[in-house]
Amino acid sequence: MKKYLSFFRIRFQAGLQYRAAAFAGVATQFAWGFMLILMYRAFYRSGNQAFPMEFHQLSSYIWMQQALLALFMTWFFDGEIFDHITSGSVAYELCRPCELYGMWFVKNMAIRLSRVVLRCIPIFLVAALLPSPLGLTLPASAVHAAMFPFALLLGFLVMVSLSMLVYIGAFYTLSPVGIRIMAGTAMEFLCGGIIPIPFFPQWMQRIMALLPFGSIQNTPFLIYTGVMQPVQALKSMFIQLIWLGILLLIGSLSMRHALKKVVVQGG
Amino acid sequence: MIELNKITKTFRVAKRNAGLKESVKALFRKEYEEIRALSEVSFTIGEGEMVGYIGPNGAGKSSTIKIMSGVLTPDAGQCIINGRCPWKERKAHVKEIGVVFGQRSQLWWDAPVLDSFELIRDIYSVTPETYQKNLKRLTEMLDIGEIRKTPVRQLSLGQRMRCEIAASLLHDPKILFLDEPTIGLDAVSKIAVRDFIKSINREKGTTVILTTHDMQDIEALTDRILLIGKGKILLDGSLEELKGKYSGNKLITVEYAGNLPALPENVAALKNLDGHAELMADMSKMPVSGLISLLSEAVEVKDISVTGESIDEMVVRLYKEFEI
Repeated sequence: MKKYLSFFRIRFQAGLQYRAAAFAGVATQFAWGFMLILMYRAFYRSGNQAFPMEFHQLSSYIWMQQALLALFMTWFFDGEIFDHITSGSVAYELCRPCELYGMWFVKNMAIRLSRVVLRCIPIFLVAALLPSPLGLTLPASAVHAAMFPFALLLGFLVMVSLSMLVYIGAFYTLSPVGIRIMAGTAMEFLCGGIIPIPFFPQWMQRIMALLPFGSIQNTPFLIYTGVMQPVQALKSMFIQLIWLGILLLIGSLSMRHALKKVVVQGG
Repeated sequence: MIELNKITKTFRVAKRNAGLKESVKALFRKEYEEIRALSEVSFTIGEGEMVGYIGPNGAGKSSTIKIMSGVLTPDAGQCIINGRCPWKERKAHVKEIGVVFGQRSQLWWDAPVLDSFELIRDIYSVTPETYQKNLKRLTEMLDIGEIRKTPVRQLSLGQRMRCEIAASLLHDPKILFLDEPTIGLDAVSKIAVRDFIKSINREKGTTVILTTHDMQDIEALTDRILLIGKGKILLDGSLEELKGKYSGNKLITVEYAGNLPALPENVAALKNLDGHAELMADMSKMPVSGLISLLSEAVEVKDISVTGESIDEMVVRLYKEFEI
């Protein structure tokens, strides 16, 4: 366990070095968040049909999404891992007395966490100070507040285990570009990263709730904003847990298979 | 103790001809070709041995190293290293080996060298005492005291390679695999690396298996040579044997004026132009003194030098002989 921890530590520390990137990231997230909120406000003002979320809930959802973007961005992959696969440097990692799956999982967690640590605080602060209903509000209730961290952690782990499958896929295709773009974009849409899942038609929502994508950012954010009632929230967290188990299993099995027939490229 | 028995490995390589039409065709149907990287490779290496593994590019050297270090799984054959099969008991096996791939890096690019060392310490669960002891010794021997705190990206190739070697020895491996450890190094770094490898083998009894294209490496380091070509072991013997086989040949370079006499049968003129000649003579049949007196009687010798065949030339000759 200790080796994975120190692997996490070194990657996390390395991630904290990129302060300029974090600064730019925060600026982008602010602009993007404001734009989305203004856009939705126009919809809410003009339309009179029933919206699936209250406007203040939607604002909180968007600010949460922007602040915690690094945890749930589906299009983000560690270029170094792809480099290792395509250049053959993975040979070194295979000479270590560790499971490659575990090492890469921890590495992805570390990168994402180091990014989010630098970015989330200013966004949370400013969003909380914005006037209602444009800003980030407190969790819907004490129960919601208690459930949120668990759902957040589960969602994060589901995200990482899902992106692990993309890395493993690169062993088979030998060039990660195609799989990377396809997977990133499709997942972004299905996770509710572009439009929150409650805005989708009912029949689609039902399917999405059962896919692993609904278990990523959708569950924790809907719990925080109170769109999900506690009973529903428990059900959703159960689905998160099941998906996490399935994805971990598929990931480690397919990694084993990939390594058996791995071609270490380049001499 | 390393034992390989009839190890075979094939790779599937995508093939297509050049040209746009062919590229479009390949989108729909890819053609593959089976390349046999290793066919029935067998050898045994004892504890504490230092073995040079040579062969031209693409002969299967790196594939063998990767199989022995548990990275690749062969198609057929057995390999037992310290009582274990590398790819079946990978984790237990790799704890006891150190590997340096000269063309790749195991160090953390953005971080100081020491960070990488500490990560490796934790990965191999090296106790703090052993780590400190090894670190001190390696730092002194490889002379990396001043660069330990420098980020890896700012190191020169020679400095980096010394750190790579140190990194692969922090956990006291019993066997050290070196895949082209001196590639791209300048003379000073090469000699430093060689001296170090020699002393680690002598003092700690570490088994060393070295692949290289640099014949000076082999000459300085190893007693035993394994020659591989087209996936087969072609020669397994000592450097002395190899030398004995070929060092009977000497190259004689003469600057002269006049006309060169008819040469005896066992002397071949490699070059003869404008008073400059290079002659290859088999010493067992034509002693140097005889050849020199023969030459000086017939022409006016201005300058003459006698050199043995270099080990590089011997290897080229070996490659030719085995048609690899």
